[in-house]
Amino acid sequence: MSPQSHRVTERGRTDKTRLIPFKFDGRDYVGQAGDTLASALLANGVHLVGRGFKYHRPRGILSAGSEEPNALIQLGQGQRSEPNTRATQIELFEGLVAESQNRWPSLAFDIGEANNLVSRLLPSGFYYKTFMWPASWWEKYEHMIRRAAGLGKAPVGRDPDRYEKHHAHCDVLVVGSGPAGLAAALAAARTGARVILADEQSELGGGLLSNSEATIAGKSTEAWRSDTIAAIEACEAATLLPRTTVTGYYDHNYLTMVERVTDHLANPPAHLPRQRLWKVRAKRVVLATGAIERPLVFRDNDRPGIMLSSAVRTYLQRYGVLSGRRALVFTNNDDAYRTALSLKEAGGVVAAIVDLRIEVSGALLDAARAKGIEVLLGHAVVATKGHKHVRSVSVMALTGAGDGVQGLAREIECDLIAMAGGWNPTVHLLSQSRGKLSWNEDLGAFVPGQSFQAETSAGSCTGALETADCIRQGLKAGMDAARAAGFKGRAPAAPKVEEHSGSGGMRLIWTVPSTRPVGRGGKHFVDFQNDVTAADIRLAAREGYQSVEHLKRYTTTGMGTDQGKTSNVNALAILGDVLSSDIPGVGTTTFRAPFTPSAIGLYAARNVGEFFDPERRTMIDEWHREAGAKFEHVGQWMRAWYYPKPGEAQRQAVDREVKAARDGVGIMDASTLGKIDIQGPDAAEFLNRVYTNAWLKLGIGRCRYGLMLHEDAMVFDDGVTTRLAENHFHMTTTTGGAAGVLDWLEEWRQTEWPEMKVHFTSVTEQWAVVSICGRKSRELLAELCDDIDLSGEAFPFMAMREGTVSGLPARVFRISFTGELSYEINVAARHGLALWRALMAAGEKHAITPYGTEAMHVLRAEKGFIIVGQETDGTVGPDDLGMDWIVSKKKPDFIGRRSLARPDMLKPDRKQLVGLLTDDPNEVLPEGGQIVADLKPAPPMEMLGHITSSYYSPNCGHSIAMALIKGGRARTGEKLFVPLDGKTVSVRVVEPKFFDPEGERANG
Amino acid sequence: MLLIECPWCGPRDEAEFAYGGEAHIARPTEPDKLSDAEWAEYLFLASNPRGTYLERWRHAHGCRRWFNAVRDTYTHEIIEIYAMGSLPKSKLGIQAYEDSWRRGSAAEQNAKRGSAKS
Ligand SMILES: [Zn+2]
Repeated sequence: MSPQSHRVTERGRTDKTRLIPFKFDGRDYVGQAGDTLASALLANGVHLVGRGFKYHRPRGILSAGSEEPNALIQLGQGQRSEPNTRATQIELFEGLVAESQNRWPSLAFDIGEANNLVSRLLPSGFYYKTFMWPASWWEKYEHMIRRAAGLGKAPVGRDPDRYEKHHAHCDVLVVGSGPAGLAAALAAARTGARVILADEQSELGGGLLSNSEATIAGKSTEAWRSDTIAAIEACEAATLLPRTTVTGYYDHNYLTMVERVTDHLANPPAHLPRQRLWKVRAKRVVLATGAIERPLVFRDNDRPGIMLSSAVRTYLQRYGVLSGRRALVFTNNDDAYRTALSLKEAGGVVAAIVDLRIEVSGALLDAARAKGIEVLLGHAVVATKGHKHVRSVSVMALTGAGDGVQGLAREIECDLIAMAGGWNPTVHLLSQSRGKLSWNEDLGAFVPGQSFQAETSAGSCTGALETADCIRQGLKAGMDAARAAGFKGRAPAAPKVEEHSGSGGMRLIWTVPSTRPVGRGGKHFVDFQNDVTAADIRLAAREGYQSVEHLKRYTTTGMGTDQGKTSNVNALAILGDVLSSDIPGVGTTTFRAPFTPSAIGLYAARNVGEFFDPERRTMIDEWHREAGAKFEHVGQWMRAWYYPKPGEAQRQAVDREVKAARDGVGIMDASTLGKIDIQGPDAAEFLNRVYTNAWLKLGIGRCRYGLMLHEDAMVFDDGVTTRLAENHFHMTTTTGGAAGVLDWLEEWRQTEWPEMKVHFTSVTEQWAVVSICGRKSRELLAELCDDIDLSGEAFPFMAMREGTVSGLPARVFRISFTGELSYEINVAARHGLALWRALMAAGEKHAITPYGTEAMHVLRAEKGFIIVGQETDGTVGPDDLGMDWIVSKKKPDFIGRRSLARPDMLKPDRKQLVGLLTDDPNEVLPEGGQIVADLKPAPPMEMLGHITSSYYSPNCGHSIAMALIKGGRARTGEKLFVPLDGKTVSVRVVEPKFFDPEGERANG
Repeated sequence: MLLIECPWCGPRDEAEFAYGGEAHIARPTEPDKLSDAEWAEYLFLASNPRGTYLERWRHAHGCRRWFNAVRDTYTHEIIEIYAMGSLPKSKLGIQAYEDSWRRGSAAEQNAKRGSAKS
């Protein structure tokens, strides 16, 4: 085939002077600027672009738009490779590399085609029937099926492209820029309304781009198109977005749009994203989404060279491509006559128009006959021939009822069949918006019924067939939308349109008969992408899959990447035929977003990598990094985990830190603790209601540990709260729970106790907190602090003093999460690093040791202190933790109190916190390990609970663990088992206090 | 994505808000006087109608204030926004409030009069 053998020079909008080289399946081709991959392939005479999903039959380009079911392309290479892109939507650029899919080893020779020979074995529900049993074989089947079916390949690495999100508001969003969309946008924009006009194609104009026959307002369609666009652009508040698909229509007129920013460029500028996700809130929406032509369901209607009639016209008029040299037009309505006439005018041969209708009249028929085109009324194509390309058809007369054929078959040679089965209004977005569809019997199509949201449909998506009607509807819809959004003005007058029209009317024969019963010779394809035939739908219906939702899933019709854009109505109608039901009686399936497939990267946009979730770092972070600390995530915080010295493994570093924090002095950055400043005359009373223990009598300058329950009596958070003044408290929360606790307090104050005078302010980031811990901590602090009496009598445990540390104003809390003598020094956040450095310098002689969160966990576990979220999981109450001591028996009420008396809370077999010791002192159990009493050789066995915390304790000299075990406290002393992968560890139940059980050391 | 009118900040995307469940479930002031079943009603039970619903929202990523809304759970139409501590004024909202199975229950009677949720 010579290069661009099918290009017609005097037609089309492509730039004849700009040749674009590209590669398809390893072969070099040339197209023109303005081509799509599909039009460029057709210009080179290439129809065969894929293989069918089940039978691997050769498939060609069917359509010229986003509805394309066959021409699915693996586009690009490496990590940029993208499967299932539609050749009809890929704009050609220099160096484009595309591969066909679903074929092996090659498109021309495909082994899977054998499926076609055994197709009787691949009926509806084939996968369900064949691979039902045994279940364990599914993995193998699935692998085989995937390989055989394979709709393209997703790249395995990271998406190298950049995506963006954009939020926008507008008064009127117009979806689609055909005659109706342009008219609507013009009418609305002229009022000053903020208008967004979005269209999925590379140029605005929709159907006008491939309609050169009509004149509008005395001008060519192209002149009217460009004048109208210019008039809209002249309106300051209008935004015109070609290459932008409206993909989703959600509640309250919220729509998503995908703008393909650089996909069409050979060398995209670095500053631009590949695609942009628009999130638009529109006061009003005008849906001018057009219509999609329906294939006719006739025998072997899937050969390459069999195309939608409107697509044939589009390739000719927009791209200057003759899709075939000798065309046969097969139709049930007038529109295909336009295709026949265009082909003829462009120098193509039209072998015949085969029209299912018997009575036809009007200008289109007359024009066709005048051009000498043979028109066969009341006839049907009953067979097609040609393996990799259609070669000829067999045509017969229909019986009067249209359910059979009669007379002699006539063979007609052709290399193109333009089929026209009527139009399906593109109601996908309307359906997503929950608008109702209604069946129009004259059009044989679903049209918009009642709106659910603030939208109107205009143009051919309402079933309008004539350009004049589309423009008139568009002007009105745009004007009405602008008025509803609060703007004033008058719509421009509707222009006069001249175009050929026909008699209207169509003959709906949903399954075109042939000489043999359906399914007994050849295939009548309904869904090209999923290889579903009319026979499959009939079989499914006979087997009882009569609900449209069942039918869809059983036959997989409409379930491909095209969501059945060309197949849905045909499938419903054929089901209706079998059930002798009308189509509204059969019902429709729901259309779901997105309208066309979109890249996952688009939805993540910039929120990837370090921007996935904000990372919070303390004011002392710089020091930890310089010291070579390893970090861990705690909520959004990055906390120093441990500080390995050169050559030290994690365990060695943690052991060293844990020892030093008791025997010498340890120092930890505790700035991430949640901190809430609480003020107001009712502050103490409020705390009394949200904590389980008593708060009214807490002295000024004194601290108290508190436990918070949800109303269901489950532990929710804990922390130490300090009374700074009569009506002023400083609350601390867990690092991860800070935001939740603040919300909790606010909820109760705002919604339940609005009369209480109390206010909460998060001060987590206002304070830097350094905790020093160990026998030498008092001595160290004394060196840097001369205005606080640090003696045990003057500054007892659970007290707070204000003063200066290293000259920095400080609040010093004598509290301890390690059970050791310990001070938490709070200074203004900006002083945090200075305080840390001062303590490190002064502590050098004591071999001061920074310790991280891992050592902190070990230290608290040695004491049996819980961590909320580790020992608890929302199902654990205070008594389960052995913390009944902190639950007031005197207070008449607090949040969660009543639920403590619920029967389930009193059951003896509730899971309770216990300690576990292993026989082998060096065996460290895995956290999450299950615990059993009655050991069996293999699961199932009764699981009593699980390990919540487990460490090696250097201070004890053996491993320690805590666990939640059914009736655990009563099991103290018992031997239980932890079955692990490959071994079982036996453990002894002990009280969860492993070190300094009397609590002497906190006194120093 | 609903468009919700915060009484203090104006119309904002749903993503800025946190949902707070059914409105007007006041906390009993003397929980000990309630049976386990009556307490469970307060604690666990909420109605789940198709249609008008009285519910709470919080402008979590904004002013952090709580407010009530009357919303149709089928159409998602927000019929009314009203302050904590007040009752709905729209016809549908009043109807939904009066029709609530909770009115007059033991937990409801036990709840403090004048609570923002009653
Ligand atoms: Zn607000």
